[in-house]
Amino acid sequence: MTTTRPSHGENPLRDPEDRRLPRVAGPCGMVLFGVTGDLSRRKVMPAVYDLANRGLLPPGFSLVGFARRDWANQDFAQIVHDSVKQYARTEFREEVWKQLAEGFRFVPGDFTDDIAFEHLGRTIDELDLVRGTGGNHAFYLAIPPAFFGDVVGQLQEHGLAQPSEESWRRVVVEKPFGHDLESARELNAVLAKVFPPGEIFRIDHYLGKETVQNILAMRFANTMFEPIWNSNYVDHVQITMAEDIGIGGRAGYYDGIGAARDVIQNHLLQLMSLIAMEEPAAFDAESLRIEKQKVLRSVVLPRRLDLTTARGQYAPGWAGGQKANGFLDEEGIKNSSTTETYAAIKLHVDSRRWAGVPFYLRTGKRLARRVTEVAVMFKRAPWLPFSAVSTEDLTQNALVIRIQPDEGMTLRFGSKVPGTAMEIRDVNMDFAYGGSFTEASPEAYERLILDVLLGDPPLFPRHEEVELSWKILDPVLEHWARKGKPDQYPSGTWGPESADKMLARDGRAWRRA
Amino acid sequence: MIELTDTNSAQIAAEFIRARTRAGSPAMGMVMTLIVVVDEDEAEAAMEAARQAAHEHPARVLGVILGDGRGVPVVNAQVGTGAGWTGETALIRLQGEVVKHPESVVLPLLLPDSPVAIWWPANPPVDPAADPLGALAQRRITDAASTTRGKTKAIHVQCSSYAVGNTDLAWTRLTPWRALLAAALDQHPLKVTAASVTSERISPSADLLAAWLTDRLRVSVKRASSTGPGITSVVLETRDGPISITRYDGRLATFSSPGRPDRPIALKRREVPELLAEELRRLDEDDVYAATARRLAKMQHSSP
Repeated sequence: MTTTRPSHGENPLRDPEDRRLPRVAGPCGMVLFGVTGDLSRRKVMPAVYDLANRGLLPPGFSLVGFARRDWANQDFAQIVHDSVKQYARTEFREEVWKQLAEGFRFVPGDFTDDIAFEHLGRTIDELDLVRGTGGNHAFYLAIPPAFFGDVVGQLQEHGLAQPSEESWRRVVVEKPFGHDLESARELNAVLAKVFPPGEIFRIDHYLGKETVQNILAMRFANTMFEPIWNSNYVDHVQITMAEDIGIGGRAGYYDGIGAARDVIQNHLLQLMSLIAMEEPAAFDAESLRIEKQKVLRSVVLPRRLDLTTARGQYAPGWAGGQKANGFLDEEGIKNSSTTETYAAIKLHVDSRRWAGVPFYLRTGKRLARRVTEVAVMFKRAPWLPFSAVSTEDLTQNALVIRIQPDEGMTLRFGSKVPGTAMEIRDVNMDFAYGGSFTEASPEAYERLILDVLLGDPPLFPRHEEVELSWKILDPVLEHWARKGKPDQYPSGTWGPESADKMLARDGRAWRRA
Repeated sequence: MIELTDTNSAQIAAEFIRARTRAGSPAMGMVMTLIVVVDEDEAEAAMEAARQAAHEHPARVLGVILGDGRGVPVVNAQVGTGAGWTGETALIRLQGEVVKHPESVVLPLLLPDSPVAIWWPANPPVDPAADPLGALAQRRITDAASTTRGKTKAIHVQCSSYAVGNTDLAWTRLTPWRALLAAALDQHPLKVTAASVTSERISPSADLLAAWLTDRLRVSVKRASSTGPGITSVVLETRDGPISITRYDGRLATFSSPGRPDRPIALKRREVPELLAEELRRLDEDDVYAATARRLAKMQHSSP
């Protein structure tokens, strides 16, 4: 066999056929704002270590911490060390740590402090020189959105946002992307003033999950699902994200935001668009975005929002054998708060494929268990040769995509009960993602951070999608703000009665997830 | 573990189903059959390595011990599920005439539809693809470094008999080195004028690395010996100066390149289960290994 000679300028050691070689990020570094926050310590730092441990970070990768702390580089290294020891997915190895630790820098300062940003600029230049980061830096804003403006303004002012020739500067932000359409636009304007759209990475960590990516593989790499993936066969779709915990210590963040803004606007609408979208032309950012946007644009709300939405607040109760207090008793929450901790909405997609198929989205805190899943519920068979008695236990066929925990898929269908004349009952067929593939499924953050460093954007929502999502949600939020207040539901149950009634009106019921 | 003495494939298969029912018919989602051909002495260690690799690739693991080929044919087996396994396992001992027909025992036990991989933890056949058990598999994994007979030549023998689907763990061990070298040239897009690979005296991995570099860079690659462990350094000469990776402790390497300070980089030698898991990740032909194996076979012919 003759191997093709590489043309000039290509790396002769790279070969597209050589799929063993991992995608290692090119020379680069990351600057982390909000070092002391939960997000940094629990997710970002461990993910950086795990990437290094898997050999996916370039030699010389550097991590700069920026915070209002009187720290030296070693203090910062200690913080990272502790977070890695506690939260990293892969085992702690001294040699990996050594490789990383040489690239840690810390810049103390305020977000409005010019001197600190000058210091940051010098630090980055120094890293380019001694660590070979090549002028490529990602700014990770693990800070409240209110400070985005200050930080990116400073980055621009001190010339940190402008890459030199053949290098890049990127910015990474986390949800919430605003609290309504208007604020989302403002937030985007702030970022877009400084960074071009292709260099802004919005992290919705759900999209980094293997099972979410598997939705696309399942739908578009197989033949058996797509023919029934439409209103001829599908009765309705339920998308659930339930948490068993309360708001914990996040009262400051959560009050005034609520379940719909916190979860439906981003995670659930993104999941819905992946389930409902048409086949993209390619698995690249642009093609995916076009299809997702098409879905979001064709979403319509029912006319009577009072009958097709539900919201609630968790009341005192017993959750999983433990006594739990109500939302209004949580520290930092006012007695009169109307922030919802449970939200359910019904949506229609006006397209040939989905006309007449409602999508029910729900999310809540302090529900019976922690679970995220998408259930595609099929229509009943139009006619059964069996008597009504023999199919009494038979419900609808269902395809459930389990996102977390226990990632996988369940298929529910009817089967004969052995020994009876003809008794038909639901049975489940299970596919456990962890069982058939690697135990060591990478964390969503690892995938996403690597994608940021590689500049690979398919899994990040663009501002157009963010704005379309707000357009869907805003009327609901306005309706809620105008009228009434959330219903109470006991902690540890599946939400308020109003949510059950909402589906009962359509002759349906929520699955017990 | 259930012991089956003087048994056959049908009984072993029936025991698989019984064991699964006993365990409450869990969904197993096994993705492949892995055949492990071992000697009695290494059987335990090899099955343990396969068990760990099976965490990532749930498999029906069939250990085959080829015993003395003389006398009355006897098939004995230990069959089990669970207990740390993500799939099913059988350790099958063959004795007597049946040793010459092991494929007749294994064929009925292959999982339907799914791929088959075979692994010889030591002493592989000279031509794995022509081996009766090897012919059942689409992935044939040898390990030249753990061969006990004719170790110096082992990798050359395997490369000469290369067939689609063959692979050697000596090649798997190179992946981190190759990733690093490729990343080095990403950072320094310079033309390489010469290269050298230093390793312990017998190192099939170093031979393959030299062949790979020769094949990709079209330069002559010098081989040198050190006390190891494994590969200790790789140097790529460029017009701006050498790019080198050196590793003397088998764990932490130093990466040096022109105009840049030296940087430490983790480059730990990996254990067999990890190598096996990597090998099972892709079951189609490894074109780059094919080219490298052909190159190594050719280099061997042209050298004195």
